[in-house]
Amino acid sequence: MTKYVVKRVLLAFVTIIVISLITFFAMNAIPGGPFNKEKAVNEAVIKQLEARYNLDKPLWEQYILYMKNLAHGDFGVSLKNNREISDIFAESFPISARIGLIAAVIAIISGIVLGSIAALMRNKWPDRVIIFFITIVTSMPSFVVATLLLYYFCMVLGMFQAFSAGQNMTLLPVIALSLSPMAYITRLTKTSMLDALGQDYIRTAKAKGVSPRKVIFVHGLRNALIPVITYVGPMIAGILTGSMVVEAIFNLGGLGSKFVSAITNRDYTLIMATTIFLATVMVIANLLTDIVYKIVDPRIKLD
Amino acid sequence: MNENLKKAPFSAQINLSKFNMQDFEKATDEEKRQQEVMGESTTFFKDSMRRLRKNPLAMLSIVILALLLLVIIFAPLVIPYGYADIVKGTANLHPMEYSTSELKQIANGESVFPHLFGTDSLGRDYFIRVVYGARVSLGVGIFASILVLAIGMLYGSISGYLGGKVDLVMMRIVDIIYSLPDMLLIILLAVVLNETLTPLIEGTILAKLGTNMIALFIVFGLLYWVGMARLIRGQILTIKQNEYVLAAQCIGTSTARTIRRHILPNCLSVIIITTALQIPSAIFTESYLSFLGLGVSAPMPSLGSLANDARAGMMTYPERLLFPAFAICLIVLALNLLGDGLRDAFDPKLSK
Repeated sequence: MTKYVVKRVLLAFVTIIVISLITFFAMNAIPGGPFNKEKAVNEAVIKQLEARYNLDKPLWEQYILYMKNLAHGDFGVSLKNNREISDIFAESFPISARIGLIAAVIAIISGIVLGSIAALMRNKWPDRVIIFFITIVTSMPSFVVATLLLYYFCMVLGMFQAFSAGQNMTLLPVIALSLSPMAYITRLTKTSMLDALGQDYIRTAKAKGVSPRKVIFVHGLRNALIPVITYVGPMIAGILTGSMVVEAIFNLGGLGSKFVSAITNRDYTLIMATTIFLATVMVIANLLTDIVYKIVDPRIKLD
Repeated sequence: MNENLKKAPFSAQINLSKFNMQDFEKATDEEKRQQEVMGESTTFFKDSMRRLRKNPLAMLSIVILALLLLVIIFAPLVIPYGYADIVKGTANLHPMEYSTSELKQIANGESVFPHLFGTDSLGRDYFIRVVYGARVSLGVGIFASILVLAIGMLYGSISGYLGGKVDLVMMRIVDIIYSLPDMLLIILLAVVLNETLTPLIEGTILAKLGTNMIALFIVFGLLYWVGMARLIRGQILTIKQNEYVLAAQCIGTSTARTIRRHILPNCLSVIIITTALQIPSAIFTESYLSFLGLGVSAPMPSLGSLANDARAGMMTYPERLLFPAFAICLIVLALNLLGDGLRDAFDPKLSK
């Protein structure tokens, strides 16, 4: 077990390094430094500015300095408004995290409930309705869901005071973000529940005279939920990227909308810092998921 | 024959010393062919196709996709508007509306092709824009999937067949790539390539495609194949252990023939299913990027960029959002249902 954890942690670490390398060197491949303005600036001033921000050093040295600063929580300064990027993160990440966590919890709970219903009522109408709904949902991109929700609730029904709500709006973005992971979890729960209910130990439990409710919840569901755990990591990654468009559509001011506006403004330092930050969050989420999965399911071979 | 060969007691072994060389004759080609244990590989395909035809949802999605393809291919030939043509005085029409100048033309007896979906804020026919958007989205989806399939299949089969240390190293690389957040890297590369590639490709065909699409393909080629590679490697590892592969090796079949006749046909179902399901996911990625303004370059539309542009006038022109959104959903839904149908048809073991 310890060996496995060490291996996974190392892999996560390497991944983060690779991401930071790609991001750093890709961003430095863009022609034109930050001080190349249309207005000609004095050569000496540029030299001094470059020395001030260590831009005169070789690229690999700049990278090491950048990583050193990152380790201390210093993400540099936004090119567009000269704000400390760590301040921007401190202000916007809680908004994204709050919406994302609510969406994740709702997706997990409703996905498990719907999936179990579909499995237990297999080939009856609730199963058909749920699967139909799930199929429709999986073919709708999150930005379509978000825009349609915004349109119908805010403009047709006149609810939520569309654009003034800003950060206070929770319900619609949460729905938009949670639908597709919910659909996935429903499918996953249904298949693994059917799988679990077909196992020998379920037959044994039934033969022993265990009540149907106990068979379903204690013997069936508990084992059916293990595959769902594996999806939590990818789900968090999906919600984080999905929240970029959803936040932009609902004008929430979270990290996602900051990232989108950084892209449109070509704010390179902010793009770089946000990429590394979000990637680290995703890698850590995946790492924790894998480790929890191994702890929960001792049947899995530790290679 | 060999006199030294001693027959063990109770052995069923034929005593060769009783025979002469003349008692044997060479097998004819026909007799050799009878020794081929493999059935025609088309039967597997025919069998799967028969199962697919029994699936009404899959057949419905094939019909929908065929109709969509017909519209996508032939609509630009029928409709007298181009995707970038700005018709003066026809801006902001609702579906099936005519502008005042067009009404005059109709009054004069001229025929004016109706704007089926209306026009956009610049006066471009919206129907033809949605058609071109669907073209771009489907094209990107299909080409990206083929790219993923080619790289993934090559990498996966090498890694799976060689095994050992090569496999270990190749799979560690896959592990690292697999854990990279794909969407973030696509966005990052799209931003970077936009700045670096634009002057390089100016004037070539690539410029029409736009740097963002090139970035999309590069990232698909760099990152998305890992899923396919893992899958195919896993398949090859399990198939390699089957008795029929051992049997093939025992009767002296060459490695190339073993792979071609015995291993690849058994991977085929997984390859078909995954590729079919890869297309909608590529379409999703493309529309998502277009929505962020990182998709095909204007004036070329894609379904995602059309939906994004429609957000500004959502109050008065909701249909501009609904048409491309509906088109994406329809395409992806049909492809997903077809993928599910293919999975049930080609791999009945998976469907339960």
